[in-house]
Amino acid sequence: MRENAQIIRRRDLLSLIGAMAGSSAMYHAMTSLGFAAESRYAGPIRLEGDPKGASVLILGAGLAGMTAALELRNAGYKVKVLEFNARPGGRNWTLRGGDRFTELGGFTQTCEFEDGLYINPGPWRIPYHHRALLDYCKRLNVALEPFIQLNHNAYLHSSRAFGGSPQRIRAVQADFRGQISELLAKTTKQGKLDEAVTREDQEILLQALRSWGALDSNHNYNASLISAESRGYTRAPGGGLAAAPTPSDPVALSDILKSRLWRYLQNFATYNFQTTMFQPVGGMDMIGRAFAKQLPDIIRCNARVTGIRQNERGVTVSYVDTASPAAPLTATADWCVCTIPLSILSQLPLQVGATMKAAIDAVPYAGAVKIGLQFKRRFWEEDEAIYGGISYTDLPIRQIAYPNTGFNRSSRGVLLGAYMFEGANAYEFTAMPPAERVAAAVDFGSAIHPQYKSEFETGIAVAWHRVPFTLGCSGDWSDEARAEHYRNLCQIDGRIVLAGEHASALPAWQEGAILSALDAIGRLHERVVRT
Amino acid sequence: MGRQACRVLVFAACCALLQPVAFAQDTAKGRTLSFGYRFVQTSGEELFANICQGCHMPDGAGATGAGSYPPLAVNPNLESGAYPISLVLNGRRAMPPFGDRLSDEQIAAVVNYIRTHFGNDYRDRVTARDVQDARRKEDRK
Repeated sequence: MRENAQIIRRRDLLSLIGAMAGSSAMYHAMTSLGFAAESRYAGPIRLEGDPKGASVLILGAGLAGMTAALELRNAGYKVKVLEFNARPGGRNWTLRGGDRFTELGGFTQTCEFEDGLYINPGPWRIPYHHRALLDYCKRLNVALEPFIQLNHNAYLHSSRAFGGSPQRIRAVQADFRGQISELLAKTTKQGKLDEAVTREDQEILLQALRSWGALDSNHNYNASLISAESRGYTRAPGGGLAAAPTPSDPVALSDILKSRLWRYLQNFATYNFQTTMFQPVGGMDMIGRAFAKQLPDIIRCNARVTGIRQNERGVTVSYVDTASPAAPLTATADWCVCTIPLSILSQLPLQVGATMKAAIDAVPYAGAVKIGLQFKRRFWEEDEAIYGGISYTDLPIRQIAYPNTGFNRSSRGVLLGAYMFEGANAYEFTAMPPAERVAAAVDFGSAIHPQYKSEFETGIAVAWHRVPFTLGCSGDWSDEARAEHYRNLCQIDGRIVLAGEHASALPAWQEGAILSALDAIGRLHERVVRT
Repeated sequence: MGRQACRVLVFAACCALLQPVAFAQDTAKGRTLSFGYRFVQTSGEELFANICQGCHMPDGAGATGAGSYPPLAVNPNLESGAYPISLVLNGRRAMPPFGDRLSDEQIAAVVNYIRTHFGNDYRDRVTARDVQDARRKEDRK
């Protein structure tokens, strides 16, 4: 009763705000009342007030650095960016045919994909609630298309269950749900829930289980046209004389449980992976390219930072051109936004206080491996009716991700043939020479798609601990380190402030890099305007 | 129906077959790969070839890009066995900790391997007991 009264009062308040101040104000009021707290992004940053000719040197032209550069430049700052790579973008990166990549240790690969085919070795999907990144895509005219996280017709695979034969996600999900529903319905009807659930609610529960679990009128989950609507048919509905469908046989509860395939279902359920997800049309680096286009003459590439000093008047950064590393160069500015990954920053001479230094030293960098494989034909579509999405497996490759674009064509295609993040396999694949990684991915993948052996053409493998510009995939904060050091990492230290995914609560996500940059420059600007 | 029964039989047979096998998978190149979070390799040489060389390189020479991986080859910091034990257990800066992915025996094996290869010649072997003691010391901190 009290709760109702409260809701009514809130609703009245909201419509009052809406009527008087417009829908945007109502939205912000709703956010603060906890209704729509999907994102910390509150729209384009407004850096009001005169920066009085102040200059900012930004280190790193990834999404954090370029967000800072774009917004500070627009607010009237003199901005310069130093970037280690020969291209802007950082981990926002796409590999296409003709691209060469030399990893640490000197192993060089040339991508031999056909024109138009690519892999994104770094970030590859954008959740709908990453509103800052989506807003920049809109402002920079980056076209998006759906990224398919859940394809019911892709596979879940265990080398130790069902004789190693891959199971359709649709069937595993339906059987897991159906068998649990039958069990719970049985338990309810036996009166075993009488203490916990009222008689009235038990009736509703039984109705719900029947609908949710695709049970028959006796609350059994069995081979029927009802369960077939969820798990699929042995013979699908057709036309003409032999049109009638035949149901398929559900898998027993015990087999589903022991297969452990249920553990992959969370990949479709958790907040970061709920539909709708997006990818840029043509490759993730369309975002980095669009940012860079807005920053002509501001980004200096091939610049390796060797040290960062500051005093009360400004910041001096020493660096070298990677083509002539013997000749030291310097750049100076009033302020510095440093987005260099902590894996590298922790090794540089850097004049900051002890607490920030301790924070920089507190974050290990995760291992991750992605392997792109080109095949002569899109057999996953032609033979198996898998259009986009991801198959999960307990094999060392962990995932096979199908292209979410170019559907239903008689043409070559590129799969993401492996994606390991942090498990032992990420390290093991990093330790292999690139060609061996590709060969192993083809080998393991053929247990799921036997077509691999005859259709494979060429592949490329990126192991993030071997990537020269990051020495790892992303900052892998432990809870303890975050509790002790995170705030110290994000403070402005004299004239230096850090930004990047490592300075966010969204590690390894591009949204974290952007939100971190916006927060850092907001605080920096406040300081500049005040002094 | 027959197909279903057959599938169940195959499943049962595979379970029986797979049960005694360690949680590992082999590649064509003769590598034994791990199944989950922890590593399955046991010898120092195998552990080096599946973990350390990813960053420190197959010849232990390290590598340099925007930052560096220090060389393990001819490295005087390896003189005391306690130092590499502590690094493998706890990591350092961007180097991840491996304490909960490797057993005491595995850590001793890989430390002994590194201290006697790549131009290092430290003959005093560390033991699993040394690793266990280092873990305890860490817990008391």
